Amino acid sequence: MTGKPTQRDLFPGALEMMILRTLKRQPMHGYALVQHIKRTSDDLLQIEEGSLYPALQRLLHQDLVKAEWGISSTNRRVRIYRLTAEGRKHLEREVSSFERMLKGITQVLAPGEL
Amino acid sequence: MNWLRQLLSRRQQYRELSEEIQTHLDEKVEELVADGISEEKARQMAMREFGNVGLVEQKGRDVWAWPSVENWLADVRYAGRSLRKNPGFTAVALLTIALGIGANAAVFTVLNSVLLKPLNYPHAEELVGLHQTAPGAQGLADFTNGLLLSPSMYFTYSEHNQTLQSLGVWIAGNANVTGRAEPEQVRTIAVTDGVLETLGVPPAAGRWFSETDQVPRGPETVMLSYDYWQRRFGGSPTVVGQNLTIDSRSREIVGVMPKGFQIVDQNFDVLAPLALDRGKAILAGFGFHGIARLRPGKTLAEANADITRMLPIWMDSFSNGPGTNPHIYETWRITPMIRPLKQEVIGNVGELLWVVMGTIGLVMLIACANVTNLLLVRVEARQQELAVRAALGSGWMRIVRGLLVESLMLGLMGGVVGIGLTFAGVRLLLAIGPTNLPRLNEIALDARTLGFTLLLSVLSGVLFGAIPTLKYAAPRAVSALPSLGRTMSASRERHHTRNLLVVGQVAMALVLLVSAGLMIRTFRALRTVDPGFRDPRHLQLVRISIPDSLVAEPSRVTRIQNAIVDKLAAIQGVSSAAFSSGMPLEAVDSPWDEIFAQDKVYSGDQIAPLRLYKNISPGLLKTAGTKLMAGREMTWGEVYGLRPEVLISENLAREMWGTPSAAIGKQLRAFQQMPWHEVIGVVEDVREKSVQEKAPEIVYWPPLVNNRFAPAIRSATFVIRSERAGTESFLNEIQGAVWSVNSNLPLASVRTMQEVYDKSLARTSFTLVMLGLAGAMALALGVIGIYGVMSYTVSQRKPEIGIRLALGAQQKDVLEMVLRQGMQWALVGVGIGAAAGFGLTQLMRALLFGVSAHDPLTFIGVAAVLIFIALLACYVPARRAVLVDPTVALRYE
Repeated sequence: MTGKPTQRDLFPGALEMMILRTLKRQPMHGYALVQHIKRTSDDLLQIEEGSLYPALQRLLHQDLVKAEWGISSTNRRVRIYRLTAEGRKHLEREVSSFERMLKGITQVLAPGEL
Repeated sequence: MNWLRQLLSRRQQYRELSEEIQTHLDEKVEELVADGISEEKARQMAMREFGNVGLVEQKGRDVWAWPSVENWLADVRYAGRSLRKNPGFTAVALLTIALGIGANAAVFTVLNSVLLKPLNYPHAEELVGLHQTAPGAQGLADFTNGLLLSPSMYFTYSEHNQTLQSLGVWIAGNANVTGRAEPEQVRTIAVTDGVLETLGVPPAAGRWFSETDQVPRGPETVMLSYDYWQRRFGGSPTVVGQNLTIDSRSREIVGVMPKGFQIVDQNFDVLAPLALDRGKAILAGFGFHGIARLRPGKTLAEANADITRMLPIWMDSFSNGPGTNPHIYETWRITPMIRPLKQEVIGNVGELLWVVMGTIGLVMLIACANVTNLLLVRVEARQQELAVRAALGSGWMRIVRGLLVESLMLGLMGGVVGIGLTFAGVRLLLAIGPTNLPRLNEIALDARTLGFTLLLSVLSGVLFGAIPTLKYAAPRAVSALPSLGRTMSASRERHHTRNLLVVGQVAMALVLLVSAGLMIRTFRALRTVDPGFRDPRHLQLVRISIPDSLVAEPSRVTRIQNAIVDKLAAIQGVSSAAFSSGMPLEAVDSPWDEIFAQDKVYSGDQIAPLRLYKNISPGLLKTAGTKLMAGREMTWGEVYGLRPEVLISENLAREMWGTPSAAIGKQLRAFQQMPWHEVIGVVEDVREKSVQEKAPEIVYWPPLVNNRFAPAIRSATFVIRSERAGTESFLNEIQGAVWSVNSNLPLASVRTMQEVYDKSLARTSFTLVMLGLAGAMALALGVIGIYGVMSYTVSQRKPEIGIRLALGAQQKDVLEMVLRQGMQWALVGVGIGAAAGFGLTQLMRALLFGVSAHDPLTFIGVAAVLIFIALLACYVPARRAVLVDPTVALRYE
């Protein structure tokens, strides 16, 4: 829309999926979550740190995660998010459908049969 | 409850989100500072990495907000603003809708209260009227109000039925209450055991009648209506146990029924036990209304079968006296037609109310068409605004919704104003409505009326909102922009909608005007019917009853009545006075009997044809202005001499002997032990039940008859002919005259014959007024509609007309063209309306008299009026358009 080179958008729901996946391993607060996603993706995914929060709000709204106030390792009052049972199920569904989609895309993109 | 929690904790969520974001930024800054970057720089970097804090917060909040509700609210606010900006349009539209809704809700209130609401008794759905017919009975032919029950039927049915929880019979009458201030005639209802139990309404004070109250010659008891208790006893709590003198007998008050309680459709002042004597009951005496409560799960059909089964038992158990054949009633083919009590109460008023509701509904449709037109014009004027909104990215749905919200708001606001009008409308309806409308006292606004109004508001909002919205919002939103500001003749398609509206309005107006026209014709036809009496304005009526507890001897009763007549005739300004057991149209149920003629042969196992009979005093025909077709009236000397003489109606004379004069000298009697009576006069036919109904055959006995069953009439309508009828001073003198004969006689039903006549036409005049009002509204709205469309269309075409004129077209030709195009739609409307009216007026056939539902005169007349009005509505704007200077019209281009 603007003249500036656009950063590649994630497909809808991708951010949520990554959040859920990360939280499945261990509960953490927002800042740690962002840093973790950035680190594990080797900074390939250019996400604005702020965009995490609306995503977290959506997950809260859908009862896929829950949040509790606690103290972080750096001694701050932070909200720690953890996966709910519902969130766990949702993640499984999403991942398997994502894998199917990815398989489809890969097959189409695979060289040779053109 | 999740949504509730969310709603309450929304602010908390927002606060937590802000805090969290702040912490995030702090943590980032701290980390960067730890990496050796300056605090200020670190903060900038943190902010950049994070993105727009405000936007993030907004997006976070959106998750919790109710975007749809908030958008709707915005639409409502926007609609409100745009309605306020056009006060003229809003006022006209609102007024039209409010009038339509108010009128509809008012009529619906009446319809709902009278027809739809269950009766005011517990489990009213179980209540039935024991209606029966006797298609085999001759003479009276059809018992139009059904064959009522005789006491022996009551006993048989209550002893042998298998389908009814309870049943009882009742009869309405009058009685004189004395000993409390002035003597007063009160409305009584005598009930058997089972009537109060069936209706199931507990007394407000005291108790119901007990079985011992129903023992013949047992304790004399009475119950009061709530109103009578308030009126005569000031609602005194000690009234139970007091005594009341009714027809000169003292009766103990045992209870008071609650406010609004009626026996079926009858109001009353006092209730008395009927105390029927089973030992004396004969088969005949069909004068009692029967009501019952079905056993749970039993149907009307089962109850009918039950009664059919009991009829032979009835004939086997009772007789009409020695030497009579009880199975003679088999020839009557008595058929039970048990029906819901509600039907018994509301009678045939349903047809009338539905017709009125239908016409008012049509008016509403016409009103909606008018508002649609207004909205169409408005949306068209707003094309620019809508196009700009669309261009700025407003979604299609959003624009459609905005327009719909606006029209819905108009509808709802109209509904609110309409509710106010409903109150006034109901009051008006009650004022002009027939006083003999059933359940009149139950008419009230209730939740159903409010629901109806709401529904009507929403429906009309959608109805008149949908057309302009669909027509303009969607497809034109984009394409309208380029043509903006350019005046050109609107496309054919655009006119199409408006023209269809004109067609619809004209068609509906035609239907309404035709039905109003048919009612006018009906009313005129009724007014020309000769009811069988003359100059009713100057006939004063008053009813006086002489109970046998006051005067036992029959001939004394007649002498007292004669004395009253003489006193009345002596009042200044009275030309004559007389009395009758009941005047025509007075709704006094005239009794009927078998009538035998001496020169006819009757087979032994058949009941002779049944005829209505009346008792009239000498001079009644002269006083009422009823013509004698042959023979003469009776004299008082002949009455007291018990001369066996009788008068009959013209139609009876023709049926039996061919001509009125042939009937003179023939002999009649009602039963074997009665002496033959000689026909000395033949009376013109009189409309007895209603002006609409054909005059029945009537036998006129003298007031005193040699008849062991009813030797003298005790309740009579006194008839006084005078120019002073109806005036206060005259009534006082009448009262004085009556009381100078016997001061214990109350005067009841004081009115003029004109009032009786008007009341009998009340339903017709009410329908006439309602349909007339609906027709007038339709006409006014229709004219406004046609005129509005025409002038708008013409104003749109002004440049085109200007071009035509500039190119040399004659004014006359252009005028003709505009008129032709306008009129063609009006004519289509007239055609459709006439076709629809042809079908729809069938629905009101029951309300018509003396005119066919397809009366050509009405149809042609109404069509002509409508065409003329449409022509006028087209001509005025067309004329204005061609008079415009072409250069002026073209300058806008």
